[in-house]
Amino acid sequence: MSISVPDKVWWKPIDKEEKIWLFLAIIWMAISFLWMPIYHFIGKQNPSNESYRVTREQWDTLTDDFIKKYQVKDASGNLVTMNDIPVVHPPAGSDVYLEGRAWKWWPVLELEKGKTYRVHLSAVDFQHGLSIYPLNINYMALPGYDYIITMTPTTSGEFPILCNEFCGIGHHTMVGKLIVK
Amino acid sequence: MAGQDFRTCPTTGLKVHLPAENLIKANAVAAVLLLLIGGIAAAGVALTRWPAIHLLPADWFYRILTLHGLAMLIAWIIFFEIAALYMGASVLLNSRLAAPKVGWLAFLLMVVGVLLIAVMVLWGQADVMFTSYPPLKANPLYYLGVILFAVGALIGCLLFFATLYKARKEGTYPHGSFPLVTFGLACAAMIAISTLIHGAAIYIPAFLWSLGFMGMDPAAYRLVWWALGHSSQQINVAAMISVWYLMGTLTVGMKPINQKLCRTAFVLYVLFINVASEHHLLVDPAISNAHKIWNTGYVMHLAVLASMIHALAVPAGIEVALRKKGYTSGLFEWLKKAPWSNPGFSATALSIFIFGFMGGITGVTFGSEQVNITAHNTWRITGHFHSTVVGGTTLAFMGATYYILPLIFRREVLGMGWAKLQPWFYGIGMILMAGGMMLAGAYGIPRRHWDIVNFGGSPFAFTWDPTVYMWLSVFGIGALLAVVGGAIYILVTVGTVFFGRKLE
Repeated sequence: MSISVPDKVWWKPIDKEEKIWLFLAIIWMAISFLWMPIYHFIGKQNPSNESYRVTREQWDTLTDDFIKKYQVKDASGNLVTMNDIPVVHPPAGSDVYLEGRAWKWWPVLELEKGKTYRVHLSAVDFQHGLSIYPLNINYMALPGYDYIITMTPTTSGEFPILCNEFCGIGHHTMVGKLIVK
Repeated sequence: MAGQDFRTCPTTGLKVHLPAENLIKANAVAAVLLLLIGGIAAAGVALTRWPAIHLLPADWFYRILTLHGLAMLIAWIIFFEIAALYMGASVLLNSRLAAPKVGWLAFLLMVVGVLLIAVMVLWGQADVMFTSYPPLKANPLYYLGVILFAVGALIGCLLFFATLYKARKEGTYPHGSFPLVTFGLACAAMIAISTLIHGAAIYIPAFLWSLGFMGMDPAAYRLVWWALGHSSQQINVAAMISVWYLMGTLTVGMKPINQKLCRTAFVLYVLFINVASEHHLLVDPAISNAHKIWNTGYVMHLAVLASMIHALAVPAGIEVALRKKGYTSGLFEWLKKAPWSNPGFSATALSIFIFGFMGGITGVTFGSEQVNITAHNTWRITGHFHSTVVGGTTLAFMGATYYILPLIFRREVLGMGWAKLQPWFYGIGMILMAGGMMLAGAYGIPRRHWDIVNFGGSPFAFTWDPTVYMWLSVFGIGALLAVVGGAIYILVTVGTVFFGRKLE
């Protein structure tokens, strides 16, 4: 009985059936244990390993300069925005900046298909969660940290970016956009 | 030794210490009341997330979601676990509880803590979700409430160990080895103490931060908070599996097939299950990949191995017990003739199924490095932990209640016909609900989100793959069934405590 005191000597040999199960379970665990690090080397998509501390002032300077330099202009030379958010077309293969703030993803990035970018991800007020639909790629954006994700868009189109970390009462309105040309 | 402090249980022959019994009753009643509060909140949350209904306004949705998490994951489960600890140490060992007054102090602290949390949340002073990630800030009294509750729970765990010591010293049971259930609960209590120390390490700084005495780094908070958040779920695992062994014995007279194997598995939990808390930080900045892989990989699989051992030992023990009753024809007569109409048994069986097949497997998968990129903060995570902690732990505790009512409250269960249906409503509801969450989450549906249809009128609103809406409906229907199951549970329990026929 599980609720009564066992025999005085309960350290008894394990039966054959249990031994088989135990053996299979250990093999399975060994595979699981090894597979995660192995896949880190043979797999093509891993969580990013590069991040830096960044102060609010440093981050603001970086993003302001980035947007000033690369904001898209229309035929008559006016700066292009989308729902009051600047649209930015950085040069292929450069460092790009994406900021989570209550409750916008700032700016709208325009990237080129097949080119590799270093996307700097951070947040300025609360913690935000980058979630790109429909690929379902999710990374955390934390204030004080510059998280660098190396990304090569392979499909052109417009991709919504959700916030999936609760960031206050307007959290659900926080939708941004990523454009791949 | 004053003999009038004890009664002898007519069913089990155990000597029950009456002050311990009162404490078990108080903690169990508090647990059920908080399950009621958490359940009402759950209905509000589910009916809002089901787009067909979308019941609550945004502010109340986030508030009620915060309340739901705290009432269920903290209050209901830990109150019930404290009741189980007192039972495992005092009743199963025929011992007096070491210090009932200290038990009441612990109870008082937990009640005050939970009231403080509930008032702060409902008053709109703590719209921060269960995790309260900085820089989101709550009223300092909210953090204080969590601290008081945790201190109370810590005192309860220490009282459990003091009682084990007293029972051993006074020789209230035959020799040095505890019953398996007490052994498992002792492992749960050890995990609880380590968890609660981590809780202090994050909630005390958070309290001071909310008062303006110190700064708070968001990444450091997440690291330490999850040392609490992750391992607190391992208390539930160890306590739930102890309850599986308890229920196996109470419902079909199961014996552990090999004490050595079962106990070793519990020890593996104590040693190894507390690591791997960086599962929650796999897509965070600030921690290197090497550290994440190390933390979530190195010995975690020894804890999973422990679960694999229990996954054999519990059903095998039940099978052996039923075969001894004469159900030996074919491979599965024992399964067919099992007491499925006993709510204690059906709840346990469903708990084993949901925890193992839905919760355990998804947990190990979502916690791997690359899969986590597609699972982090989506509804897949919510579906996973509703399979473990609700379909698993809560359902097992519900099943145990049908034995605690006659054995501890000494009342015949009222409305047994409804009680027989209850685990099925709750279990099947949870399978559909958690399944719907995980499948919708696989398309990217976020957790903790008020409006996945119109995004609160955001100009960038978009439409999901239409398959998502099917899984959202499966979720909604499952949630309704689970709410019905939860309501039956509360009606039966409260009805029995007040109006059930008194047993000797």
